[in-house]
Amino acid sequence: MSKLRKLTDKIKPTFSKGGKLSFLHSTFEAFESFLFVPDRVTSKGVHVRDSMDIKRVMTVVMIALVPSLLFGIYNIGYQHSLAANADMGFWAMVWYGFLKILPLYLVSYIVGLGIEFITAQIKGHEVSEGYLVTGLIIPLIIPVTTPLWMLALAVAFAVIIGKEIFGGTGMNIWNPALLARAFLFFAYPSHMSGDQVWVAGVDGFSGATPLAQTSEGLSSLHYSVSDMFFGFIPGSVGETSTLAILLGAVVLIYTGIGSWKIMFSTVAGALVMGLIANLAAPSPDCALAIPAWYHLIMGGFAFGAVFMATDPVTSAQTESGKWIYGFLIGVLAVIIRLFNPGYPEGMMLAILLMNTFAPLIDHIVVGRNIKRRLKRAKTV
Amino acid sequence: MSEQIRLKKGLDLPVKGAALRKISMTVVPDVVALKPTDFRSLTPRMLVKEGDVVKTGTPLFADKKNPEILFTSPVSGTVDAIVRGEKRKLLEVRIKSDNKGAAVKFDVPTGPSLDRESVVKVLLESGLWPCIKQRPYGIIADPSVTPKAIFISAMATAPLAADLEYVLQSEIDALQAGVKVLGKLTKGGVHISLDAHNYTSGSFHKLEGVICHFFSGPHPAGNVGVQINHISPISKGETVWTVDLFLVAAIGKLFLNGVYDTSRVIAVAGPAVVNPSYVKCCAGVAMEQISDLFNFANGNIRIVSGDLLSGKAVGRDGFLGFYDNLVTALPEGDYHELFGWAKPFRLKKFSFSRSYYSWLMPRKKYNMDTNTNGGERAFVLSDVYGKVLPMDIYPVYLFKAILARDIEKMENLGIYEIIEEDVALCEFVCPSKIEIQSIVSQGIELMIKEMS
Repeated sequence: MSKLRKLTDKIKPTFSKGGKLSFLHSTFEAFESFLFVPDRVTSKGVHVRDSMDIKRVMTVVMIALVPSLLFGIYNIGYQHSLAANADMGFWAMVWYGFLKILPLYLVSYIVGLGIEFITAQIKGHEVSEGYLVTGLIIPLIIPVTTPLWMLALAVAFAVIIGKEIFGGTGMNIWNPALLARAFLFFAYPSHMSGDQVWVAGVDGFSGATPLAQTSEGLSSLHYSVSDMFFGFIPGSVGETSTLAILLGAVVLIYTGIGSWKIMFSTVAGALVMGLIANLAAPSPDCALAIPAWYHLIMGGFAFGAVFMATDPVTSAQTESGKWIYGFLIGVLAVIIRLFNPGYPEGMMLAILLMNTFAPLIDHIVVGRNIKRRLKRAKTV
Repeated sequence: MSEQIRLKKGLDLPVKGAALRKISMTVVPDVVALKPTDFRSLTPRMLVKEGDVVKTGTPLFADKKNPEILFTSPVSGTVDAIVRGEKRKLLEVRIKSDNKGAAVKFDVPTGPSLDRESVVKVLLESGLWPCIKQRPYGIIADPSVTPKAIFISAMATAPLAADLEYVLQSEIDALQAGVKVLGKLTKGGVHISLDAHNYTSGSFHKLEGVICHFFSGPHPAGNVGVQINHISPISKGETVWTVDLFLVAAIGKLFLNGVYDTSRVIAVAGPAVVNPSYVKCCAGVAMEQISDLFNFANGNIRIVSGDLLSGKAVGRDGFLGFYDNLVTALPEGDYHELFGWAKPFRLKKFSFSRSYYSWLMPRKKYNMDTNTNGGERAFVLSDVYGKVLPMDIYPVYLFKAILARDIEKMENLGIYEIIEEDVALCEFVCPSKIEIQSIVSQGIELMIKEMS
């Protein structure tokens, strides 16, 4: 057996019941199960278990996020070099982006996991893996210039109010990462929107996002479709590159961990609503006239549809409910974008709103199932 | 041939060690046991004491609530031990066999006198009545009830299940007699479900006086509960009965010969079996007597009476369950694996999900063990359960209703239609490692208590 295992076995009694540090047993357990698949065996019920566990699920989601993260790091540097008129090489841009995002991740994980560990300790639970993904997502959906103390507050809010008071991962109503973003948006709107916040390192530089530009009309849009698709635009760190997000979507759909039904119906909802807006547009140069499919590559739509709407805990749980849930997210996101001049990004609110209504959708779907089953009884 | 019912959802567990079609051992019984714990919600009343001499068919204990339901000795000999557990709960009645074959002779009705009343009487006396289970709940049938219909599955899809055509190849006459007898108990007919793909090569479809149905699909398509759900679903207030096919043969032999014939051919299979094959033995056989087949050389193993999904771990000193014709042995998974969950490949591990690669190798068989492969969490993924439950039921909602002890919701969401074995695959695939079969057991017990 490996040395690491021997060491773990040696210190284990200290943390077990009766040991000196037994109050840290959840923490110890978390690290031990991070290093080793536990030696626990089935006790009742099935004697064999599938190899997949929540750790594996979360790992897959994290892998799916990697393309967006990497592109986001590069794009921080790229946008900076554009704004500062600096001629930076590729690696210089990556390094610049890395240095900018590192503090965000440190704060996100230290605060978030800190709270998770403390709560697990208090409740005597195992530490849940949920925050590993949430903590990876949060820095991707905020402007890179967000002050660290605000991020810390938002993370604490999201984990405590969004998750732990409901009982932890699996019990929450709203997607914790989005809740962190919503907290920031409503508490510190000046740091979360407008034209000044998207580019790091150049004071007072106005780098409007495509969404902000199109809210004034199509002719104000200064980015090409390919820039928006590949992601060379200002925006929250991970949301800009639709291509990188699509790579993540492929991973999620291939492994079956992200629901393709939700992704598909979210896109469908946005397209339908976008087309309706096109039909209703009074002039060809107003916000309503933006081609419907532009919505898919602007702002946080793609990121939200792939990584946030599909959160298995807060989305609709029934298969037919997922269609309705996704479709309404798409519709609402576009409605908010087009009819709310104060805040051009609608995806966050659309998903949070549908998180709220997901149980209602499921209730209706399950209710129909119950009726169908009762009816079946009468015919036989 | 009536319409074929094709089920898509489910999973055939690719586990190593399927039994080869040969008899590798014939066991002469030494100590055998009858276990009251094999019967759900049974409170037994002892009828014998240690040292008593019994014949095959002598009542050992009775159901306290319904004293006409008797449980009889599978062999002749003496009562060796009455094993009790906590709170004096009766666990086992062990009989030391004398192998003299003394048997109680039952007065079986024939010809015109074969009616419901006489059939029930003989089944109760002989100790074969408990072969008949009722749905809802999967408990021993109530003799005073006339069920809507009787269902038998002639299709075994559980992991490593005994090949029914093979173990019953010489018992077709007994099966025929058995279904004829069962037909007297209901007006709805005896329904038998066959494997749509290869029933023609077997002989079960030649049985007369039954209504045949044809199923295809992965496990749990062979579970009688799933079949009932597709043939004639159970609603509130209805009762149907189910009998395992090999127990139908036992009932048939009782009516042909007038004695309780407890011989059965069982499969001994699994990754920790040296020579997976069939064994001729009797009901309640001791695992010790077939222990030559188990491979104890490579660490701890678990011996299960029944299949890997719903069987009971009995251990080397345990006994075969009343309803089982399969013994599975597999290695215990009591080891630590460094970064196991993070390893990208883990090609020796099976998963229903595509986060592993086992789906790329559909023919590969796995050396599965009892490791839970992760810690218990709250329900996170919601869509995996429905993929292995081919019934019009929302499993997670039903489980949550049970946890909330909400009787009305449990009724509405289908508690009457399932027992543990039907949702065993949900438990297998559950990434949160929740003990779903235990939840369902709690639900059923709550229903029995509330509805009585």
